[in-house]
Amino acid sequence: MITRPLTRHIDLSRPPYDLAQYEDAGGYSGARKVITGMTPAEGLQLLKDSGLRGRGGAGFPTGMKWSFVPMDKDNKGDKDKKGDKDGDKAPRPKYIVANADEMEPGTFKDRLLMEGCPHLLVEGMLVGGYILQADIGYIFIRGEYVEAAQLLNAAIAECRKKGYLGKHILGGDWSFELHVHTSAGRYICGEETALLNSLEGKRATPRAKPPFPQVSGLWGKPTIVNNVETLCNLPPIIEHGADWFKQLSLTGDAGTKLYGVSGRVNNPGCWELPMGTTARTLIEEHAGGMCDGYQLKTFLPGGGSTPLLLPEHLDTPMDYTEIGKLGSRLGTGTMIVIDDQVDFIGALKNLEHFFSQESCGFCTPCRDGLPWVEKALDNLEHGRGSRADLDWLKRATWMLNMGNTFCAHAPGAMGPLESALKYFPDEFEQRLAQSAARRKSVTEQTAPPDSPLEAPLPNSPLKTHLPNSPLKTHLPNSPLKAP
Amino acid sequence: MTDAQPTLISSLSEAEIAEIRAEVSHYEYPQAASIEALKVVQKYRGWVSDESLRAVAKLLEMSAEQLDGVATFYSLIFRRPVGENMLMLCDGISCWMLGCEQVKARIQERLGIDYGETSPDNKFTLLPVTCQGACDRAPVLLKNMQLYTHLSAAGIDALLADTAAEQNS
Repeated sequence: MITRPLTRHIDLSRPPYDLAQYEDAGGYSGARKVITGMTPAEGLQLLKDSGLRGRGGAGFPTGMKWSFVPMDKDNKGDKDKKGDKDGDKAPRPKYIVANADEMEPGTFKDRLLMEGCPHLLVEGMLVGGYILQADIGYIFIRGEYVEAAQLLNAAIAECRKKGYLGKHILGGDWSFELHVHTSAGRYICGEETALLNSLEGKRATPRAKPPFPQVSGLWGKPTIVNNVETLCNLPPIIEHGADWFKQLSLTGDAGTKLYGVSGRVNNPGCWELPMGTTARTLIEEHAGGMCDGYQLKTFLPGGGSTPLLLPEHLDTPMDYTEIGKLGSRLGTGTMIVIDDQVDFIGALKNLEHFFSQESCGFCTPCRDGLPWVEKALDNLEHGRGSRADLDWLKRATWMLNMGNTFCAHAPGAMGPLESALKYFPDEFEQRLAQSAARRKSVTEQTAPPDSPLEAPLPNSPLKTHLPNSPLKTHLPNSPLKAP
Repeated sequence: MTDAQPTLISSLSEAEIAEIRAEVSHYEYPQAASIEALKVVQKYRGWVSDESLRAVAKLLEMSAEQLDGVATFYSLIFRRPVGENMLMLCDGISCWMLGCEQVKARIQERLGIDYGETSPDNKFTLLPVTCQGACDRAPVLLKNMQLYTHLSAAGIDALLADTAAEQNS
C-alpha cells in the first residue's frame, strides 16, 4: 500500500523522472482514470469524500471550495446527458491556478515537490482541470525558483507532445492548456486574489471578496487557486480512493502532510508523514533533536505567520483541527524552531520586518501599522524602548487584526506577535528594563569618550542631540535652523 | 533624444521581442505578460531603463506609467543599473537564526557594499531577499538566481573566488 503518495518518486540524488520514467512508475494513471472513466461530478464527489484540506495554510476543505465553481449542467452527474439549454453552460474560459509562490518564512515544501517530481504537479493540474472542466491552467511560481520552473516547463512540453495537454485529451471532449507563469518577488502574491491580479499583469494588491474567485476570478471568469501540495494530492486520491486517503492520517484530518523543521536542530529537513504527526516526533526523530547546547524555547508550527507554541504543546498532533485548538494554525506545516539562545525580540523583529516590507500598501492599518510594529521592536531590541512601544505592540494586535484590514496579511503578522506577548511577557519587560537603565546612564552620567553610550540614539525620546531629531540644527532650510 | 524616439519598440532587440511575444501568447490580454516581459528585458540588459520600459509598454499595449507601477511593485525587477553579479542574501527567520548577519558582514568586509549598493568595480550588487524556501540548508544566498547553501564566512570567500575565476576564464 502506498504510504507516501507525494514523495514516493522523489530522490534528490538523481534528476526527477521524465514522462516515460514517471509513467513506468505508475504516473498519469490518476489522470487517465478521471478523464476516461469518471464524470467531473464524480471526481468532485471523490474529492469531497476524501476530506482533503488546502495545504497552502488556511486548510479550507478543497472539495467544498471547488463546489462553488459553476459547471455546465450536462456535467452534473450523468456523463451521457448532453443538455445544452439556455443557462446550462458555465462561463468560459475557466481557469485553474497552482499557487507555487512559496514565500512564507520558514516554508520549503513546494520546492521539494516541484524540483523532485514536476510531473506530479502537472498531473495534479490535469486531474483538477478535468474535474473543474477548466480550459486553461497556470502554475504561478515565484521568480527565484528558476530550476523548478525549468523542470515544469520541460514536463509540460513532454505532456503536450504526448497529447496529455492540448485538444481532445485522451480522445475525449475536454481540451486543456497549461502554462508556467514566473513571478518577480512579493509575498503578497501568495494571497489568492492578489495572485490573480499579478497573473493579470498588475500590482499584486488583494481584491475584495465576494465575489469569490470560484465565480469571478481571473479576468472575471471562474477560477480555482490551490497550493502545489494540495494539487499533488489529487492524482493519488483519484487512483486509490477516499478511504485510502483518510487512513493515511493519524487523526481526523485526512492524508499525509509535508512537514519541515528548520532552526537549530541536528538534521533540518522536509518529510512526508501521516497527518497528525506530533511536533515532538518531528523534532526528535526526524530532525535529530536540538543541536548540542541548545534548548527548545518555542516554535512556529507552520511558517512565519503561525502563532507560537511552547514545549508543552509538543505532543499535540500537527493537524489543522488540533493545532487550531491551541490558538495557532498548522499553516504550511513547516515548523520554525526557536531555541533558548536566539535573541527572542530580534527574531520577532525579523519576522515583523518581513511582514512590514511585504505589505502591498493598499490598506492603511497594514501599510502604516506594520512599520511601527517593526520600529517598536527595534527600539526594544536595541535598548531604547519605552513603555509606549510595548503599549503600541499590544494595541497593534487588535488594530491590525482580522476585521480591520483588507486581507489576511497584517493579521498573519500579528500571529507571532500576539502569542509572543502572551507567552513571553518577561522578554519584553526585560528589554524595557534594559532600555530604562541605558537611558538613565545616558542622562545622568557623563559618558567617557569611548563609551558606546556616546553613540547617538536614533529614535530615542531624548531627541535633542540626535541625527533624526525634529530639532535638528544642521539641516539646510530647516525651519528649526539654529540662529 | 528626439521626441518620437523613446517609445519605439525597436529599442528592444529581436530576441527580446520574440520572447515577450511568446509570453504574451499564454494569456487573454497582452498586459498579463508584463512581469515576464520586464524579466526578459532584464535578462539581456541587467535592469529596466526608462527607454526599455516605454518600449515594453508599447509592445504590451499599456501606458508606460501603468507598466512602471508594475515594475516598481515587484522586488526582482530592477529599475536602476545593477552590478554584473547579483548577490541576494536571504534574511528569512531561519537564515537569520543560523547567522545570515555574519555572512552579510563578510560580504561587506570583502566587497565594501551594503544592501542596495554596487561595488565600485561594478562587479557585485548586494540585496536582501525574502525566505528562499531552503531553510533546511540555511543560511543561503542567490548569486545570479543560483542557490548557494550552508553559507559561512569561508563559503563567501569561496564563492567570490569562484566568481573571479569564472570571469577570468
